[in-house]
Amino acid sequence: MYEIINKNVLNEAVTALKIKARFIAEKAQPGQFVIVKIDEKGERIPLTISDFDRNDGTITLVIQAVGVTTKKLSKLNKGDFIENIAGPLGMPTEFGNPKKAIIIGGGVGCAIAYPQAKALHNMGVDVTVIAGFRSKDIVILEEEMKVVSNSLYITTDDGSYGEKGLVTDVLKRLLDDGGYDLVIAIGPVIMMKFVALTTKPYSVKTIVSLNPIMIDGTGMCGGCRVSVGGETKFACVDGPDFDGHLVDFDELMRRNTLFCEEEAHACRLEESVNG
Amino acid sequence: MADMNPKKTPMPEQAPDRRNKNFDEVALGYTSEMATKEAGRCLNCKNRPCVGGCPVNVPIPDFIARVAEGDFEGAYNLISTTNSLPAVCGRVCPQEIQCEGKCIRGIKGESVGIGRLERFVADYHREHGKATPVNINRNGKKVAIIGAGPAGLTCAGDLARKGYSVTIFEAFHTAGGVLVYGIPEFRLPKSVVAAEVNRLKESGVTVMTDMVIGKVLTVDEIIAMGFEAVFIGSGAGLPMFMGIDGEDSLGVYSANEFLTRINLMKAYIEDYDTPIKPMKKVAVIGGGNVAMDAARCAKRLGADVYIIYRRSEVEMPARKEEVNHAKEEGIDFKFLTNPTRIITDENYKVTGIECISMQLGEPDADGRRRPEKIPGSEHILEVDSVIMALGTRPNPLIKKSSPDISVNARGCIVVGEDMQTSKENVYAGGDSVSGAATVISAMGAGKRAAAAIDKKLNEKL
Repeated sequence: MYEIINKNVLNEAVTALKIKARFIAEKAQPGQFVIVKIDEKGERIPLTISDFDRNDGTITLVIQAVGVTTKKLSKLNKGDFIENIAGPLGMPTEFGNPKKAIIIGGGVGCAIAYPQAKALHNMGVDVTVIAGFRSKDIVILEEEMKVVSNSLYITTDDGSYGEKGLVTDVLKRLLDDGGYDLVIAIGPVIMMKFVALTTKPYSVKTIVSLNPIMIDGTGMCGGCRVSVGGETKFACVDGPDFDGHLVDFDELMRRNTLFCEEEAHACRLEESVNG
Repeated sequence: MADMNPKKTPMPEQAPDRRNKNFDEVALGYTSEMATKEAGRCLNCKNRPCVGGCPVNVPIPDFIARVAEGDFEGAYNLISTTNSLPAVCGRVCPQEIQCEGKCIRGIKGESVGIGRLERFVADYHREHGKATPVNINRNGKKVAIIGAGPAGLTCAGDLARKGYSVTIFEAFHTAGGVLVYGIPEFRLPKSVVAAEVNRLKESGVTVMTDMVIGKVLTVDEIIAMGFEAVFIGSGAGLPMFMGIDGEDSLGVYSANEFLTRINLMKAYIEDYDTPIKPMKKVAVIGGGNVAMDAARCAKRLGADVYIIYRRSEVEMPARKEEVNHAKEEGIDFKFLTNPTRIITDENYKVTGIECISMQLGEPDADGRRRPEKIPGSEHILEVDSVIMALGTRPNPLIKKSSPDISVNARGCIVVGEDMQTSKENVYAGGDSVSGAATVISAMGAGKRAAAAIDKKLNEKL
């Protein structure tokens, strides 16, 4: 049993839960995820670790309430317990030694982009964050992202905040200025696809974080298989980070729709990052 | 004088056309009368070939003699001296090639129903037995077990009985390994597994769930926590695929994914959250016990089910009993047939599977006749789901984080005669060493490792 020691409502649909998980906090690295099962009859779902604190033995999960489990999780409060959390799973992000990086978050994907920006910032890298949202009322983590970046660009689809337009508009402008040697994109699959298409002509290393359907998170079910550079990879053990220039995003989008008819299950993964 | 009836006392079963619509156990178990009668068929012969056929050396004629006397608890106590999971073994062991395969009665008729009797005794104990107070002198030594499957549970049980403080690290949220995620409820009720695990806990074994070793802790870190020996029983959980066109389309699953959704996550029960896709026509690829389990689960979800196997029925690795059960339940076997591609609609949903007919050629390395394609025999079966039951490989998570543990080309951990790996005081057994095999062979390995660990740690005194 894992105790929720703090709850922070980021917007109407997005909640951050700080959870006591001593073993996981001790080992977690940016880019890794956990599998959460809320109660006896719950499903197992993957959630990326948004933050961790080795000193107080906590991890933070940012949840968008769109599926069965994420809705239940959002209703939990400080002092409540989650039955099972296993992790940290997946490979940590391999940053390499960049000098100037662009971190792109789409919607609730910003909650996962944030620790990446923070890690790079702490490594002394020049960090630019581009955060895209549908509209002003769902902007999250603005202050936090500001602290860990040299410059922060916010875009909204409707222009109600920041710049009207898509993250790729800003990205293209920055790449034209030059000097960037790493792009990390975390958000809806469609956003990551277009980020990768945008960076390709500039030959800038582009890392994307995939979140396909999975059950165990340890390579056992094969549900999370993705095509990367023509090879079948399991996102849970080989990823979740992959070279954005090699991922078959169209196939991933198709596979993520599998359970849409049954429930909001797989759609959750798709929508959770459409923020 | 033994009862010389050449036939086993029949096992009461749910009728096929009834059971293929529910997940309740197929075989209902002997009554006390049936068990006593069947036990009467044992000759109690001197050289006890059955015991030699048992990977965990259950004192078979002795426990059967107790059953014949009506002393069921006494029988249980005898079985449990060597077997930590009798209710499981009585249900899923391939007795026909082990104890019963060696039974003298099998020469001129049917062997004694040893598996059925073991199951009866274990079930009797679970339902009527009194918890015997555990009085074990603790020796103060800590042993860690990785994986709460058949190998790990057996190793843990044996070491706990010898006085070790045993902690099992399990990756899933429930102990049991393949007994809970792989083998379906209708063959092995999960309450039976839970009861066996609880019995181990009562004997002092600690089970820590949600612990994915290789990720949250490395083997070295476990040793640093004060564990004097480590047993790796992490199984063979990595599913294989065929590498044919269309395998990543919607409606293609590994048997692991399909069975885990059903067995571990109980997706077929209304109020559980895990989803499962409705399926009307299913092709299960493979001829092992896992293929039978997947097919019979799909049938119970209301589908028409094919099993597609590239060799003939004789070469099928599945237990005969499982094949017969599947046939009785209406599974349609397509022997000498091999998939060539999966066909989808414009939304990438499975609509069919193209197969080619096969014929058997010369025997290959493992002695089975090699299947060869019959050119031009391609044909299409209309299905909406495909389940790949092609076998599994060991999970590399532990190896990745402990490079000093040697594995072979197939990813299986290499151990010596004493079950020790290339790393001092680290032992391994079960599917992580052998590749996918049976529950009982994993239990046998767990048992041998427990003995080796005990010997090693005693030498250190």
